[in-house]
Amino acid sequence: MNRITVGYRLRKGLPRVLLWVMLIGWLTFALGPYVWMLLTSFKPLSQLFTWPVRYLPEVWSVKSYGDLFRQTEFSLFMRNSIIVAFCTMVLTMLLAVPAAFSLSRHRIRGKKFILAFLISSQFFPSILLVLSLFSIMKQLGLLQSLVGLMLVNTAFVTPFTIWLIKGFFDSIPKEIDEAAKIDGCNEVQMIRHVLLPVLVPGLVAAAAYIVIFSWNEFLFAVTFASAERVNTIPVGLKSFIGEYATRWDLLTAGGVIAALPILIFFISIQRRLISGLTSGAVKS
Amino acid sequence: MSQIETGMPVAPVQRKKVKPARYTKYLYLLPAAVVVIAVIGYPVLRAIYISFFHYNPLSGKMTFAGIDNYLNIFGNKVFHRAIWNSIVWIFGAVSLQTLFGIIGAVLLNQNFRGRGVIRGLVLIPWATPSVLAAMMWMWILDGNYGMLNDLLMRLDLIQLPIPWLSQPSTAMASLILIDVWQGIPFFAVMLLAAMQTIPSDLIESSKLDGANAWQTFWRVMFPLFLPTLLITVTLRIVWTASYMDLMMVITQGGPAYRTLTIPLMAYYTAYSDLKFGMAASMAMVQAALLLVVVIFYLRLLAKQGVLDHE
Repeated sequence: MNRITVGYRLRKGLPRVLLWVMLIGWLTFALGPYVWMLLTSFKPLSQLFTWPVRYLPEVWSVKSYGDLFRQTEFSLFMRNSIIVAFCTMVLTMLLAVPAAFSLSRHRIRGKKFILAFLISSQFFPSILLVLSLFSIMKQLGLLQSLVGLMLVNTAFVTPFTIWLIKGFFDSIPKEIDEAAKIDGCNEVQMIRHVLLPVLVPGLVAAAAYIVIFSWNEFLFAVTFASAERVNTIPVGLKSFIGEYATRWDLLTAGGVIAALPILIFFISIQRRLISGLTSGAVKS
Repeated sequence: MSQIETGMPVAPVQRKKVKPARYTKYLYLLPAAVVVIAVIGYPVLRAIYISFFHYNPLSGKMTFAGIDNYLNIFGNKVFHRAIWNSIVWIFGAVSLQTLFGIIGAVLLNQNFRGRGVIRGLVLIPWATPSVLAAMMWMWILDGNYGMLNDLLMRLDLIQLPIPWLSQPSTAMASLILIDVWQGIPFFAVMLLAAMQTIPSDLIESSKLDGANAWQTFWRVMFPLFLPTLLITVTLRIVWTASYMDLMMVITQGGPAYRTLTIPLMAYYTAYSDLKFGMAASMAMVQAALLLVVVIFYLRLLAKQGVLDHE
Protein backbone atom coordinates (compact mmCIF):
# COMPACT_ATOMS: atom_id res chain seq x y z
CA MET A 1 0.00 0.00 0.00
CA ASN A 2 1.42 3.37 -0.85
CA ARG A 3 0.93 6.56 1.13
CA ILE A 4 -2.01 7.77 -0.86
CA THR A 5 -4.19 4.75 -0.21
CA VAL A 6 -3.35 4.95 3.51
CA GLY A 7 -4.51 8.53 3.56
CA TYR A 8 -7.64 7.54 1.71
CA ARG A 9 -8.47 4.82 4.20
CA LEU A 10 -8.08 7.20 7.10
CA ARG A 11 -10.36 9.66 5.51
CA LYS A 12 -12.98 6.97 5.28
CA GLY A 13 -12.91 6.66 9.06
CA LEU A 14 -13.25 3.66 11.36
CA PRO A 15 -12.05 0.20 10.33
CA ARG A 16 -14.96 -1.63 8.69
CA VAL A 17 -15.11 -4.58 11.07
CA LEU A 18 -15.17 -2.41 14.17
CA LEU A 19 -17.78 -0.16 12.58
CA TRP A 20 -20.11 -3.03 11.78
CA VAL A 21 -19.67 -4.74 15.14
CA MET A 22 -20.65 -1.50 16.86
CA LEU A 23 -23.53 -0.82 14.50
CA ILE A 24 -24.94 -4.32 14.93
CA GLY A 25 -24.56 -4.04 18.70
CA TRP A 26 -26.44 -0.77 18.65
CA LEU A 27 -29.20 -2.11 16.40
CA THR A 28 -29.62 -5.12 18.68
CA PHE A 29 -29.95 -2.92 21.75
CA ALA A 30 -32.30 -0.48 20.02
CA LEU A 31 -34.58 -3.01 18.36
CA GLY A 32 -34.23 -6.03 20.64
CA PRO A 33 -37.08 -4.98 22.92
CA TYR A 34 -39.36 -4.57 19.89
CA VAL A 35 -38.46 -7.97 18.50
CA TRP A 36 -39.03 -9.60 21.86
CA MET A 37 -42.41 -7.88 22.22
CA LEU A 38 -43.40 -8.99 18.73
CA LEU A 39 -42.38 -12.62 19.41
CA THR A 40 -44.18 -12.62 22.74
CA SER A 41 -47.36 -11.29 21.22
CA PHE A 42 -47.54 -14.35 18.93
CA LYS A 43 -47.23 -16.87 21.74
CA PRO A 44 -50.27 -18.43 23.37
CA LEU A 45 -50.65 -17.44 27.02
CA SER A 46 -49.48 -20.85 28.27
CA GLN A 47 -46.09 -20.41 26.57
CA LEU A 48 -45.35 -17.02 28.10
CA PHE A 49 -44.50 -18.31 31.52
CA THR A 50 -41.92 -21.00 30.90
CA TRP A 51 -38.52 -21.35 32.47
CA PRO A 52 -36.00 -21.47 30.92
CA VAL A 53 -37.39 -19.02 28.40
CA ARG A 54 -38.35 -20.36 24.97
CA TYR A 55 -37.43 -17.73 22.43
CA LEU A 56 -39.51 -18.60 19.40
CA PRO A 57 -43.19 -19.41 19.68
CA GLU A 58 -43.82 -23.18 19.41
CA VAL A 59 -47.11 -22.42 17.76
CA TRP A 60 -47.64 -19.03 16.22
CA SER A 61 -50.92 -17.74 17.58
CA VAL A 62 -52.83 -14.53 17.08
CA LYS A 63 -55.11 -15.22 20.02
CA SER A 64 -53.61 -12.32 22.01
CA TYR A 65 -54.71 -9.91 19.31
CA GLY A 66 -58.20 -11.42 19.25
CA ASP A 67 -58.48 -11.20 23.03
CA LEU A 68 -57.23 -7.65 22.94
CA PHE A 69 -60.15 -6.51 20.84
CA ARG A 70 -62.74 -8.87 22.32
CA GLN A 71 -61.98 -8.64 26.03
CA THR A 72 -60.76 -5.07 26.39
CA GLU A 73 -61.72 -1.61 25.28
CA PHE A 74 -58.61 -1.32 23.14
CA SER A 75 -60.46 -0.15 20.04
CA LEU A 76 -61.97 2.64 22.13
CA PHE A 77 -58.49 3.64 23.35
CA MET A 78 -57.31 3.73 19.75
CA ARG A 79 -60.24 5.88 18.75
CA ASN A 80 -59.53 8.30 21.61
CA SER A 81 -55.82 8.47 20.78
CA ILE A 82 -56.52 9.19 17.14
CA ILE A 83 -59.05 11.91 17.97
CA VAL A 84 -56.75 13.59 20.48
CA ALA A 85 -53.67 13.41 18.25
CA PHE A 86 -55.51 14.68 15.19
CA CYS A 87 -57.33 17.54 16.90
CA THR A 88 -54.23 18.60 18.82
CA MET A 89 -52.35 18.72 15.55
CA VAL A 90 -54.98 20.82 13.75
CA LEU A 91 -55.48 23.20 16.68
CA THR A 92 -51.76 23.70 17.21
CA MET A 93 -51.11 24.37 13.54
CA LEU A 94 -53.91 26.93 13.42
CA LEU A 95 -52.35 28.74 16.36
CA ALA A 96 -48.71 28.31 15.43
CA VAL A 97 -48.57 29.14 11.72
CA PRO A 98 -49.78 32.76 11.97
CA ALA A 99 -47.72 33.37 15.08
CA ALA A 100 -44.60 31.93 13.47
CA PHE A 101 -45.20 34.01 10.34
CA SER A 102 -45.51 37.18 12.35
CA LEU A 103 -42.38 36.45 14.35
CA SER A 104 -40.43 35.65 11.22
CA ARG A 105 -41.55 38.53 9.02
CA HIS A 106 -42.64 41.44 11.17
CA ARG A 107 -40.97 43.75 13.59
CA ILE A 108 -42.45 42.74 16.91
CA ARG A 109 -41.75 44.53 20.12
CA GLY A 110 -40.02 42.27 22.63
CA LYS A 111 -39.26 39.65 19.99
CA LYS A 112 -36.12 38.49 21.71
CA PHE A 113 -38.05 37.91 24.90
CA ILE A 114 -40.80 36.03 23.08
CA LEU A 115 -38.26 33.80 21.34
CA ALA A 116 -36.50 33.08 24.62
CA PHE A 117 -39.87 32.26 26.14
CA LEU A 118 -40.80 29.92 23.29
CA ILE A 119 -37.60 27.93 23.47
CA SER A 120 -37.59 27.73 27.26
CA SER A 121 -41.20 26.55 27.27
CA GLN A 122 -39.80 23.09 26.66
CA PHE A 123 -38.48 23.30 30.16
CA PHE A 124 -41.67 23.80 32.09
CA PRO A 125 -41.70 21.07 34.68
CA SER A 126 -44.88 19.30 33.66
CA ILE A 127 -45.51 18.50 37.33
CA LEU A 128 -46.25 22.21 37.94
CA LEU A 129 -48.92 22.18 35.25
CA VAL A 130 -50.36 18.90 36.38
CA LEU A 131 -50.82 20.23 39.90
CA SER A 132 -52.46 23.54 39.19
CA LEU A 133 -54.38 22.67 36.04
CA PHE A 134 -56.30 19.97 37.89
CA SER A 135 -58.48 22.34 39.90
CA ILE A 136 -58.87 24.78 37.02
CA MET A 137 -60.01 22.02 34.70
CA LYS A 138 -62.29 20.66 37.38
CA GLN A 139 -64.05 24.02 37.65
CA LEU A 140 -64.42 24.26 33.89
CA GLY A 141 -65.73 20.70 33.64
CA LEU A 142 -62.84 19.68 31.41
CA LEU A 143 -61.66 16.76 33.53
CA GLN A 144 -62.34 13.33 32.04
CA SER A 145 -62.95 14.78 28.61
CA LEU A 146 -61.04 14.48 25.35
CA VAL A 147 -61.51 18.21 24.73
CA GLY A 148 -59.69 19.05 27.96
CA LEU A 149 -56.83 16.76 27.06
CA MET A 150 -56.54 18.28 23.58
CA LEU A 151 -56.40 21.77 25.01
CA VAL A 152 -53.64 20.91 27.46
CA ASN A 153 -51.63 19.08 24.79
CA THR A 154 -52.10 21.97 22.39
CA ALA A 155 -50.92 24.57 24.87
CA PHE A 156 -47.96 22.40 25.75
CA VAL A 157 -46.71 21.87 22.18
CA THR A 158 -47.64 25.27 20.71
CA PRO A 159 -44.56 27.24 21.86
CA PHE A 160 -42.08 24.77 20.45
CA THR A 161 -44.11 24.35 17.26
CA ILE A 162 -44.04 28.12 16.73
CA TRP A 163 -40.29 28.01 17.17
CA LEU A 164 -39.96 25.21 14.63
CA ILE A 165 -42.19 26.80 12.00
CA LYS A 166 -40.59 30.20 12.49
CA GLY A 167 -37.31 28.54 11.57
CA PHE A 168 -38.86 27.27 8.33
CA PHE A 169 -40.29 30.70 7.49
CA ASP A 170 -36.88 32.23 8.17
CA SER A 171 -35.33 29.94 5.59
CA ILE A 172 -37.55 31.35 2.83
CA PRO A 173 -35.89 34.44 1.36
CA LYS A 174 -37.80 37.65 2.02
CA GLU A 175 -37.48 38.63 -1.64
CA ILE A 176 -40.22 36.11 -2.36
CA ASP A 177 -42.66 38.02 -0.14
CA GLU A 178 -41.79 41.26 -1.80
CA ALA A 179 -42.24 39.85 -5.25
CA ALA A 180 -45.65 38.52 -4.23
CA LYS A 181 -46.67 41.86 -2.81
CA ILE A 182 -45.57 43.72 -5.87
CA ASP A 183 -47.69 41.31 -7.88
CA GLY A 184 -50.64 42.47 -5.81
CA CYS A 185 -51.05 39.76 -3.18
CA ASN A 186 -52.27 40.85 0.19
CA GLU A 187 -50.64 39.29 3.19
CA VAL A 188 -53.09 36.45 3.73
CA GLN A 189 -53.01 35.57 0.03
CA MET A 190 -49.26 35.69 0.11
CA ILE A 191 -49.09 33.24 3.02
CA ARG A 192 -51.60 30.90 1.40
CA HIS A 193 -50.44 30.88 -2.19
CA VAL A 194 -46.76 31.67 -1.97
CA LEU A 195 -45.27 30.73 1.39
CA LEU A 196 -47.30 27.70 2.49
CA PRO A 197 -46.57 25.61 -0.62
CA VAL A 198 -42.84 26.13 -0.04
CA LEU A 199 -43.31 25.32 3.62
CA VAL A 200 -45.09 21.98 3.15
CA PRO A 201 -42.12 19.80 4.11
CA GLY A 202 -41.51 21.88 7.22
CA LEU A 203 -45.15 21.80 8.18
CA VAL A 204 -45.22 18.03 7.78
CA ALA A 205 -42.28 17.78 10.18
CA ALA A 206 -44.02 20.04 12.69
CA ALA A 207 -47.26 18.09 12.38
CA ALA A 208 -45.38 14.86 12.90
CA TYR A 209 -43.76 16.22 16.01
CA ILE A 210 -47.18 17.12 17.40
CA VAL A 211 -48.79 13.80 16.49
CA ILE A 212 -45.93 11.79 17.98
CA PHE A 213 -46.00 13.88 21.14
CA SER A 214 -49.70 13.54 21.59
CA TRP A 215 -49.83 9.82 20.69
CA ASN A 216 -47.14 9.09 23.28
CA GLU A 217 -48.21 11.52 25.99
CA PHE A 218 -48.92 9.82 29.30
CA LEU A 219 -48.75 12.17 32.29
CA PHE A 220 -51.52 14.60 31.29
CA ALA A 221 -53.68 11.77 30.00
CA VAL A 222 -53.45 9.68 33.16
CA THR A 223 -54.10 12.72 35.35
CA PHE A 224 -56.86 14.50 33.46
CA ALA A 225 -58.52 11.65 31.57
CA SER A 226 -58.28 8.59 33.78
CA ALA A 227 -61.82 7.30 33.21
CA GLU A 228 -61.86 4.32 30.87
CA ARG A 229 -64.17 5.91 28.29
CA VAL A 230 -61.63 8.70 27.66
CA ASN A 231 -58.43 6.66 28.03
CA THR A 232 -55.81 7.05 25.34
CA ILE A 233 -53.64 4.07 24.35
CA PRO A 234 -50.80 4.70 26.86
CA VAL A 235 -53.22 4.97 29.78
CA GLY A 236 -55.20 2.00 28.51
CA LEU A 237 -52.05 -0.11 28.17
CA LYS A 238 -51.04 0.80 31.69
CA SER A 239 -54.33 -0.57 32.98
CA PHE A 240 -53.26 -4.04 31.77
CA ILE A 241 -50.39 -3.94 34.26
CA GLY A 242 -51.99 -5.31 37.38
CA GLU A 243 -50.67 -5.32 40.90
CA TYR A 244 -50.47 -9.12 41.00
CA ALA A 245 -51.11 -10.41 37.52
CA THR A 246 -49.98 -8.57 34.46
CA ARG A 247 -51.62 -9.52 31.19
CA TRP A 248 -48.47 -9.83 29.11
CA ASP A 249 -50.40 -11.32 26.22
CA LEU A 250 -52.67 -8.27 25.99
CA LEU A 251 -49.84 -5.84 26.73
CA THR A 252 -47.53 -7.11 24.02
CA ALA A 253 -50.29 -7.33 21.43
CA GLY A 254 -51.51 -3.85 22.35
CA GLY A 255 -47.94 -2.61 22.32
CA VAL A 256 -47.36 -3.87 18.80
CA ILE A 257 -50.54 -2.20 17.55
CA ALA A 258 -49.77 1.04 19.40
CA ALA A 259 -46.25 1.14 17.98
CA LEU A 260 -47.15 0.37 14.35
CA PRO A 261 -48.69 3.67 13.22
CA ILE A 262 -46.11 5.77 14.99
CA LEU A 263 -43.23 3.74 13.57
CA ILE A 264 -44.53 3.84 10.02
CA PHE A 265 -45.16 7.53 10.33
CA PHE A 266 -41.82 8.17 11.96
CA ILE A 267 -39.71 6.20 9.52
CA SER A 268 -41.42 7.74 6.54
CA ILE A 269 -40.63 11.28 7.63
CA GLN A 270 -37.65 10.88 9.96
CA ARG A 271 -35.24 12.74 7.74
CA ARG A 272 -37.36 15.88 7.63
CA LEU A 273 -38.33 15.65 11.26
CA ILE A 274 -34.73 15.48 12.34
CA SER A 275 -33.49 18.32 10.18
CA GLY A 276 -36.39 20.37 11.52
CA LEU A 277 -35.89 19.52 15.17
CA THR A 278 -32.17 20.08 15.13
CA SER A 279 -32.27 23.34 13.21
CA GLY A 280 -33.09 25.28 16.36
CA ALA A 281 -29.98 24.23 18.18
CA VAL A 282 -27.56 23.93 15.32
CA LYS A 283 -27.54 27.08 13.32
CA SER A 284 -24.96 27.02 10.66
CA MET B 1 -53.69 44.69 5.33
CA SER B 2 -52.23 45.66 2.03
CA GLN B 3 -53.18 48.60 -0.04
CA ILE B 4 -55.34 46.66 -2.42
CA GLU B 5 -57.66 45.26 0.16
CA THR B 6 -58.10 48.55 1.98
CA GLY B 7 -58.84 50.24 -1.31
CA MET B 8 -55.97 52.66 -1.02
CA PRO B 9 -54.42 53.76 -4.28
CA VAL B 10 -51.25 51.95 -5.16
CA ALA B 11 -48.31 54.20 -4.54
CA PRO B 12 -46.83 55.41 -7.80
CA VAL B 13 -43.30 54.60 -6.66
CA GLN B 14 -42.95 50.97 -5.66
CA ARG B 15 -41.87 50.83 -2.08
CA LYS B 16 -39.29 48.27 -1.18
CA LYS B 17 -41.10 47.07 1.92
CA VAL B 18 -44.83 46.94 2.36
CA LYS B 19 -45.57 47.62 5.99
CA PRO B 20 -48.43 45.67 7.52
CA ALA B 21 -50.90 47.68 9.50
CA ARG B 22 -49.56 48.35 12.92
CA TYR B 23 -51.72 45.91 14.84
CA THR B 24 -52.34 43.09 12.37
CA LYS B 25 -48.99 41.57 13.12
CA TYR B 26 -49.89 41.32 16.80
CA LEU B 27 -53.24 39.82 15.83
CA TYR B 28 -51.40 36.84 14.34
CA LEU B 29 -49.74 36.23 17.68
CA LEU B 30 -52.84 36.72 19.77
CA PRO B 31 -54.60 33.31 19.57
CA ALA B 32 -51.43 31.39 20.38
CA ALA B 33 -50.58 33.81 23.17
CA VAL B 34 -54.04 33.47 24.73
CA VAL B 35 -53.95 29.67 24.80
CA VAL B 36 -50.37 29.45 26.04
CA ILE B 37 -50.92 32.05 28.76
CA ALA B 38 -54.20 30.52 29.88
CA VAL B 39 -53.03 26.91 29.97
CA ILE B 40 -49.35 27.32 30.89
CA GLY B 41 -48.65 30.83 32.18
CA TYR B 42 -51.55 31.19 34.54
CA PRO B 43 -51.25 27.69 36.05
CA VAL B 44 -47.56 28.21 36.73
CA LEU B 45 -48.31 31.40 38.64
CA ARG B 46 -51.13 29.63 40.41
CA ALA B 47 -48.79 26.84 41.46
CA ILE B 48 -46.53 29.40 43.11
CA TYR B 49 -49.57 30.76 44.93
CA ILE B 50 -50.88 27.33 45.99
CA SER B 51 -47.50 26.44 47.47
CA PHE B 52 -48.25 28.90 50.30
CA PHE B 53 -51.56 27.24 51.17
CA HIS B 54 -52.93 24.02 52.56
CA TYR B 55 -55.11 23.05 49.65
CA ASN B 56 -57.34 20.11 48.76
CA PRO B 57 -59.08 20.67 45.42
CA LEU B 58 -61.56 17.85 45.98
CA SER B 59 -63.07 19.41 49.11
CA GLY B 60 -62.14 22.90 47.89
CA LYS B 61 -60.64 23.72 51.29
CA MET B 62 -57.84 26.26 51.08
CA THR B 63 -56.17 27.81 54.12
CA PHE B 64 -53.14 30.06 54.25
CA ALA B 65 -50.00 28.25 55.34
CA GLY B 66 -47.24 30.81 54.94
CA ILE B 67 -43.98 28.99 54.41
CA ASP B 68 -45.15 25.91 56.37
CA ASN B 69 -45.12 23.71 53.28
CA TYR B 70 -41.53 24.62 52.53
CA LEU B 71 -40.42 24.12 56.14
CA ASN B 72 -42.22 20.80 56.15
CA ILE B 73 -40.63 19.38 53.06
CA PHE B 74 -37.14 20.50 54.00
CA GLY B 75 -37.53 18.71 57.31
CA ASN B 76 -38.84 15.58 55.61
CA LYS B 77 -36.33 12.73 55.29
CA VAL B 78 -38.21 11.24 52.36
CA PHE B 79 -37.89 14.52 50.47
CA HIS B 80 -34.13 14.50 51.09
CA ARG B 81 -34.13 11.00 49.66
CA ALA B 82 -36.09 12.26 46.64
CA ILE B 83 -33.57 15.03 46.00
CA TRP B 84 -30.76 12.49 46.12
CA ASN B 85 -32.66 10.11 43.85
CA SER B 86 -33.25 12.91 41.37
CA ILE B 87 -29.54 13.66 41.28
CA VAL B 88 -28.64 10.00 40.71
CA TRP B 89 -31.35 9.67 38.07
CA ILE B 90 -30.35 12.79 36.14
CA PHE B 91 -26.62 12.25 36.39
CA GLY B 92 -26.78 8.55 35.56
CA ALA B 93 -29.09 8.90 32.60
CA VAL B 94 -27.60 12.01 31.04
CA SER B 95 -23.96 11.03 31.38
CA LEU B 96 -24.50 7.62 29.79
CA GLN B 97 -26.59 9.13 27.01
CA THR B 98 -23.88 11.69 26.33
CA LEU B 99 -21.20 9.04 26.13
CA PHE B 100 -23.13 6.68 23.86
CA GLY B 101 -24.65 9.57 21.95
CA ILE B 102 -21.21 10.82 20.92
CA ILE B 103 -20.16 7.32 19.89
CA GLY B 104 -23.43 6.91 18.01
CA ALA B 105 -23.03 10.20 16.16
CA VAL B 106 -19.51 9.25 15.09
CA LEU B 107 -20.81 5.90 13.82
CA LEU B 108 -23.69 7.44 11.89
CA ASN B 109 -21.32 10.00 10.40
CA GLN B 110 -19.25 7.26 8.69
CA ASN B 111 -19.78 6.15 5.14
CA PHE B 112 -21.37 2.71 4.98
CA ARG B 113 -23.93 0.85 2.99
CA GLY B 114 -27.53 1.23 4.15
CA ARG B 115 -26.73 4.31 6.18
CA GLY B 116 -30.12 5.94 5.64
CA VAL B 117 -32.02 2.86 6.78
CA ILE B 118 -29.82 2.31 9.83
CA ARG B 119 -30.12 5.95 10.83
CA GLY B 120 -33.87 5.54 10.78
CA LEU B 121 -33.85 2.25 12.68
CA VAL B 122 -31.66 3.34 15.59
CA LEU B 123 -33.95 6.30 16.13
CA ILE B 124 -36.96 4.13 16.83
CA PRO B 125 -36.56 4.02 20.64
CA TRP B 126 -36.80 7.80 20.63
CA ALA B 127 -40.27 7.72 19.04
CA THR B 128 -41.46 5.00 21.40
CA PRO B 129 -44.25 5.96 23.83
CA SER B 130 -42.93 5.94 27.38
CA VAL B 131 -45.54 3.46 28.56
CA LEU B 132 -44.58 1.10 25.77
CA ALA B 133 -40.88 1.42 26.60
CA ALA B 134 -41.68 0.78 30.26
CA MET B 135 -43.75 -2.25 29.37
CA MET B 136 -41.22 -3.82 26.99
CA TRP B 137 -38.42 -3.50 29.51
CA MET B 138 -40.54 -4.73 32.41
CA TRP B 139 -41.08 -7.89 30.42
CA ILE B 140 -37.36 -8.24 29.59
CA LEU B 141 -36.24 -7.49 33.15
CA ASP B 142 -38.96 -9.57 34.83
CA GLY B 143 -37.66 -11.45 37.86
CA ASN B 144 -39.46 -14.72 37.11
CA TYR B 145 -39.73 -15.07 33.36
CA GLY B 146 -37.50 -12.26 32.10
CA MET B 147 -35.39 -12.74 29.02
CA LEU B 148 -32.36 -10.95 30.47
CA ASN B 149 -32.08 -13.31 33.42
CA ASP B 150 -32.44 -16.26 31.08
CA LEU B 151 -29.66 -14.96 28.83
CA LEU B 152 -27.33 -14.23 31.74
CA MET B 153 -27.94 -17.66 33.22
CA ARG B 154 -27.32 -19.40 29.91
CA LEU B 155 -24.04 -17.50 29.73
CA ASP B 156 -23.30 -18.54 33.34
CA LEU B 157 -22.92 -14.93 34.41
CA ILE B 158 -25.46 -15.30 37.22
CA GLN B 159 -26.65 -18.34 39.14
CA LEU B 160 -30.12 -17.17 40.14
CA PRO B 161 -32.63 -14.87 38.45
CA ILE B 162 -32.40 -11.27 39.63
CA PRO B 163 -35.57 -9.23 40.21
CA TRP B 164 -34.02 -6.16 38.58
CA LEU B 165 -36.91 -3.79 39.04
CA SER B 166 -38.10 -4.84 42.48
CA GLN B 167 -34.90 -5.04 44.49
CA PRO B 168 -33.62 -1.76 45.97
CA SER B 169 -30.05 -2.12 44.75
CA THR B 170 -30.89 -2.45 41.05
CA ALA B 171 -34.21 -0.64 40.60
CA MET B 172 -32.86 2.82 39.86
CA ALA B 173 -30.11 1.46 37.62
CA SER B 174 -32.71 -0.45 35.62
CA LEU B 175 -34.83 2.68 35.15
CA ILE B 176 -31.72 4.56 34.02
CA LEU B 177 -31.05 1.79 31.50
CA ILE B 178 -34.54 2.27 30.03
CA ASP B 179 -34.14 6.03 29.82
CA VAL B 180 -30.74 5.63 28.19
CA TRP B 181 -32.33 3.29 25.66
CA GLN B 182 -34.88 5.98 24.80
CA GLY B 183 -32.45 8.90 24.93
CA ILE B 184 -29.35 7.83 22.97
CA PRO B 185 -30.93 8.53 19.56
CA PHE B 186 -31.73 12.10 20.55
CA PHE B 187 -28.12 12.78 21.44
CA ALA B 188 -26.81 10.97 18.39
CA VAL B 189 -29.06 12.97 16.06
CA MET B 190 -28.30 16.34 17.58
CA LEU B 191 -24.56 15.70 17.49
CA LEU B 192 -24.71 14.19 14.02
CA ALA B 193 -26.36 17.37 12.77
CA ALA B 194 -23.58 19.39 14.36
CA MET B 195 -20.86 17.16 12.93
CA GLN B 196 -22.28 17.51 9.46
CA THR B 197 -21.85 21.28 9.60
CA ILE B 198 -18.10 20.87 10.15
CA PRO B 199 -16.40 21.68 6.84
CA SER B 200 -14.66 18.58 5.53
CA ASP B 201 -11.57 20.51 4.40
CA LEU B 202 -10.83 21.17 8.08
CA ILE B 203 -10.73 17.45 8.73
CA GLU B 204 -8.78 16.79 5.54
CA SER B 205 -6.18 19.38 6.37
CA SER B 206 -5.69 18.08 9.90
CA LYS B 207 -5.11 14.62 8.41
CA LEU B 208 -2.65 16.07 5.93
CA ASP B 209 -0.85 17.65 8.87
CA GLY B 210 -0.34 14.14 10.15
CA ALA B 211 -2.99 13.85 12.82
CA ASN B 212 -4.55 10.42 13.25
CA ALA B 213 -8.31 9.88 13.46
CA TRP B 214 -8.32 10.02 17.26
CA GLN B 215 -6.41 13.32 17.36
CA THR B 216 -8.52 14.76 14.57
CA PHE B 217 -11.67 13.92 16.50
CA TRP B 218 -10.58 15.51 19.77
CA ARG B 219 -8.63 18.48 18.46
CA VAL B 220 -10.65 19.47 15.41
CA MET B 221 -14.17 18.07 15.60
CA PHE B 222 -14.82 18.08 19.32
CA PRO B 223 -14.28 21.84 19.89
CA LEU B 224 -16.58 22.53 16.93
CA PHE B 225 -19.50 20.49 18.16
CA LEU B 226 -18.97 21.32 21.83
CA PRO B 227 -21.58 24.12 21.83
CA THR B 228 -24.22 21.74 20.45
CA LEU B 229 -23.16 19.12 22.95
CA LEU B 230 -23.61 21.57 25.82
CA ILE B 231 -27.03 22.61 24.57
CA THR B 232 -28.12 19.00 24.15
CA VAL B 233 -26.90 18.07 27.61
CA THR B 234 -28.71 21.00 29.23
CA LEU B 235 -31.92 20.23 27.37
CA ARG B 236 -31.71 16.62 28.38
CA ILE B 237 -30.98 17.44 32.03
CA VAL B 238 -34.17 19.45 32.27
CA TRP B 239 -36.27 16.84 30.48
CA THR B 240 -34.85 14.00 32.52
CA ALA B 241 -35.49 15.90 35.73
CA SER B 242 -39.19 16.19 34.91
CA TYR B 243 -39.59 12.79 33.31
CA MET B 244 -41.44 10.44 35.59
CA ASP B 245 -43.52 8.24 33.29
CA LEU B 246 -41.21 5.27 33.75
CA MET B 247 -41.42 5.45 37.53
CA MET B 248 -45.17 5.93 37.45
CA VAL B 249 -45.66 2.84 35.35
CA ILE B 250 -42.97 0.54 36.72
CA THR B 251 -41.96 1.20 40.30
CA GLN B 252 -44.24 3.89 41.76
CA GLY B 253 -41.21 5.23 43.59
CA GLY B 254 -40.37 1.93 45.26
CA PRO B 255 -38.80 -0.30 46.40
CA ALA B 256 -38.06 1.49 49.68
CA TYR B 257 -38.29 4.96 48.06
CA ARG B 258 -35.29 4.09 45.91
CA THR B 259 -36.84 5.46 42.71
CA LEU B 260 -38.86 8.32 44.19
CA THR B 261 -37.72 11.51 42.45
CA ILE B 262 -38.86 15.05 43.30
CA PRO B 263 -41.63 15.37 40.67
CA LEU B 264 -42.87 11.88 41.45
CA MET B 265 -43.06 12.64 45.15
CA ALA B 266 -44.91 15.87 44.35
CA TYR B 267 -47.34 13.92 42.19
CA TYR B 268 -48.15 11.37 44.89
CA THR B 269 -48.32 14.06 47.58
CA ALA B 270 -51.00 15.72 45.48
CA TYR B 271 -52.97 12.80 44.12
CA SER B 272 -52.60 10.20 46.88
CA ASP B 273 -52.36 12.40 49.98
CA LEU B 274 -54.41 15.25 48.46
CA LYS B 275 -51.92 17.81 49.80
CA PHE B 276 -51.75 20.01 46.74
CA GLY B 277 -50.10 22.90 48.56
CA MET B 278 -47.24 20.78 49.77
CA ALA B 279 -46.92 19.15 46.37
CA ALA B 280 -46.73 22.58 44.75
CA SER B 281 -43.93 23.58 47.10
CA MET B 282 -41.96 20.49 46.04
CA ALA B 283 -42.55 21.35 42.41
CA MET B 284 -41.32 24.88 43.12
CA VAL B 285 -38.09 23.54 44.58
CA GLN B 286 -37.65 21.49 41.43
CA ALA B 287 -38.42 24.49 39.22
CA ALA B 288 -36.00 26.71 41.13
CA LEU B 289 -33.18 24.19 40.73
CA LEU B 290 -33.89 23.82 37.03
CA LEU B 291 -34.13 27.56 36.48
CA VAL B 292 -30.38 27.75 36.99
CA VAL B 293 -29.91 25.22 34.20
CA VAL B 294 -32.37 27.04 31.92
CA ILE B 295 -30.59 30.36 32.34
CA PHE B 296 -27.33 28.66 31.47
CA TYR B 297 -29.03 27.22 28.38
CA LEU B 298 -30.40 30.56 27.20
CA ARG B 299 -27.00 32.16 27.55
CA LEU B 300 -25.52 29.40 25.43
CA LEU B 301 -28.19 29.97 22.79
CA ALA B 302 -27.63 33.72 22.87
CA LYS B 303 -23.91 33.12 22.37
CA GLN B 304 -24.71 30.92 19.38
CA GLY B 305 -26.87 33.71 17.99
CA VAL B 306 -29.98 31.53 17.83
CA LEU B 307 -32.12 34.21 19.46
CA ASP B 308 -30.98 36.96 17.13
CA HIS B 309 -33.02 37.82 14.16
CA GLU B 310 -31.34 38.70 10.95
